[in-house]
Amino acid sequence: MRTLKFLLQKEFRQIFRDPAIVRMILMMPIIQLILLPLAANYEVKNVKLAIVDHDHSSYTQQMINKITASGYFQLTGVSNSYNEEMKLVEKDEADIILEIPAQFERTIVKENKAPLFMAVNAINGTRANLGSAYLQNIIRNYNQDIRMQWIQKPRFNDQPRIEITYSNWYNPHMNYQLFMVPGILAVLLTMVGAFMTSLNIVKEKEVGTIEQINVTPIRKHHFILGKLIPFWILGLVVLTLGFGVARIVYGIIPLGSFVTIYAFAMVYLLAVLGLGLLVSTYANTQQQAMLISFFLMMIFILLGGLYTSIDSMPEWAKTITKFNPVAYFIEVIRMVVIKGSTLKDISKQLLIMFGFAIVLNGWAIFNYKKRM
Amino acid sequence: MSSVIVNNIIKTYSAEKKSVVNALNKISFEVDKGELFGVIGPDGAGKTSLFRIMTTLLIADSGTASVEGFDTVKDYKEIRKQIGYMPGKFSLYQDLSVEENLEFFATIFNTSIKENYDLIKDIYGQIEPFKKRRAGKLSGGMKQKLALCCALIHRPTVLFLDEPTTGVDAVSRKEFWEMLKQLKKQGITILVSTPYMDEASLCDRVALLQNGSVLSIDTPEKITKQFAKQLIAVKTENMYELLQSLRECTEVENVYPFGEYHHVVLKSNRTINEVQQYVSAHGFKDAELKPATANIEDCFIELMRNQ
Repeated sequence: MRTLKFLLQKEFRQIFRDPAIVRMILMMPIIQLILLPLAANYEVKNVKLAIVDHDHSSYTQQMINKITASGYFQLTGVSNSYNEEMKLVEKDEADIILEIPAQFERTIVKENKAPLFMAVNAINGTRANLGSAYLQNIIRNYNQDIRMQWIQKPRFNDQPRIEITYSNWYNPHMNYQLFMVPGILAVLLTMVGAFMTSLNIVKEKEVGTIEQINVTPIRKHHFILGKLIPFWILGLVVLTLGFGVARIVYGIIPLGSFVTIYAFAMVYLLAVLGLGLLVSTYANTQQQAMLISFFLMMIFILLGGLYTSIDSMPEWAKTITKFNPVAYFIEVIRMVVIKGSTLKDISKQLLIMFGFAIVLNGWAIFNYKKRM
Repeated sequence: MSSVIVNNIIKTYSAEKKSVVNALNKISFEVDKGELFGVIGPDGAGKTSLFRIMTTLLIADSGTASVEGFDTVKDYKEIRKQIGYMPGKFSLYQDLSVEENLEFFATIFNTSIKENYDLIKDIYGQIEPFKKRRAGKLSGGMKQKLALCCALIHRPTVLFLDEPTTGVDAVSRKEFWEMLKQLKKQGITILVSTPYMDEASLCDRVALLQNGSVLSIDTPEKITKQFAKQLIAVKTENMYELLQSLRECTEVENVYPFGEYHHVVLKSNRTINEVQQYVSAHGFKDAELKPATANIEDCFIELMRNQ
């Protein structure tokens, strides 16, 4: 015990003497939590729309007014030539071209229907999708409006109509930040737990201090615990800081209890610390550890459900996410923060995380040798 | 009773393109208790590999080694309790202070600075004024003293020092060897490796190591006595041309630069006068020739040639 106490004391001394680490631990959660949720947003606004109007009637005028009034679109060009507008698309000054054929108003009045043409720049898939969907929606509404004007009184119900109303459960205002902040917290915890630990151990290898330590009778588990415990504590500190930022900046207060979140985070940290230890047994230089970390982090984030929903991934990708500890934590922290899930609701994930912790730490300890 | 026994140790490393480097090739020697034993050899001779095997950090491909009767593979835990090791590279925590480093190593050996202060007093006394300073901010000589203190803090029975004087100035080197002599008086067996031949004479016995093989093991005196050939030292204005010229001389077996002189090893039954004549005839009229006594470096070069 005395040895472990001293190892911990030494480790904390070293951590707090390295201004870069202290700054990272304090600034990383604050900056990432303030910047990312504000900047990253699924809502598509300011879609640049170019209109080719061959009709110039009052109907087209009304339609254009309705589109621009929606707030989603920014009119970047109105002209008579499709080719001219296409040039705007090529220069990336327009996302969607809406072409209104000549005698649009006349056709719609006479024949009760009229075609419109929409060309979408599909380089940015999300923007193209959502932009065209918005535009279609607006035009459909407009179509209904003009028909309402024609029909003075209901003559007969030509077709049964289904009207849909909806309410957003758990996140009634579809607050994007409520969705992002917990996810980013999960990623932050992973960085502290896995990557700072691996860098710390590999640093001892690189500087050569491990050679001096290895010839001492120090027990393997003492050394490993001495490395893991400080980062376990730091991880919880970062989580607490993160919740502080979430509350102050976004007013996010978890619906579920903090006990549930911290209980899961404690087990989760065990698992990612094991991962860090494992990386450190394979890497010999900090550069190698860094590269492995980047590689893993990319996969963890992109296949973790932080930005894109795991449910919409192909089957094989879903299988991969089952081996991604970050995915579980993101899921759990969102469940608890947004939905108010209890320990009982997350017991399955908790059990899986215990499994991760045992496998990763076991593998790492097996692979850690006090020789060269 | 031997303190360290090394028996037929072989260690190879795989290098690029499937080639294999023989770092240690059937090394055997014994070190007596309380002896100051030097392992002398140029860079790449295998000194560090040998030290790592003896300190249980590395496992040999074949052969056995034991320290204080404990096998380096089976009883490595016992050995780690008993030995002090100072790696060639400064391996203390640079971001911890002098005192914290010492305290840390005392603790992991389950002892305290106070308990063994008498052993390190002379050495630690020199760096104690800087005990609050971080180890990384110390000068080279002071770092080395601190490393020695940390290796000694648990009162080891055998001390392994891997190139302790490399990169240290002449004065600090001299001081360091004085310290080793003091430690020897305490009955500690000391194994020290060095690439500096002049340090060999400070050891009780030395092993000359070259390309993973032992050339000779004996006391420095005996090794130098074994040098049977006649040796002369030559000096002139144009040393380089003199070296070139002497290499072609038929009386000369070997010639190499040696400080401000060239050392010339004569073939048997040749005399200094014959070389004098040769040198004069080749335009080095003012050349100064004198008989020289061989030291370890001369022996080393001779042994290398015969290998």
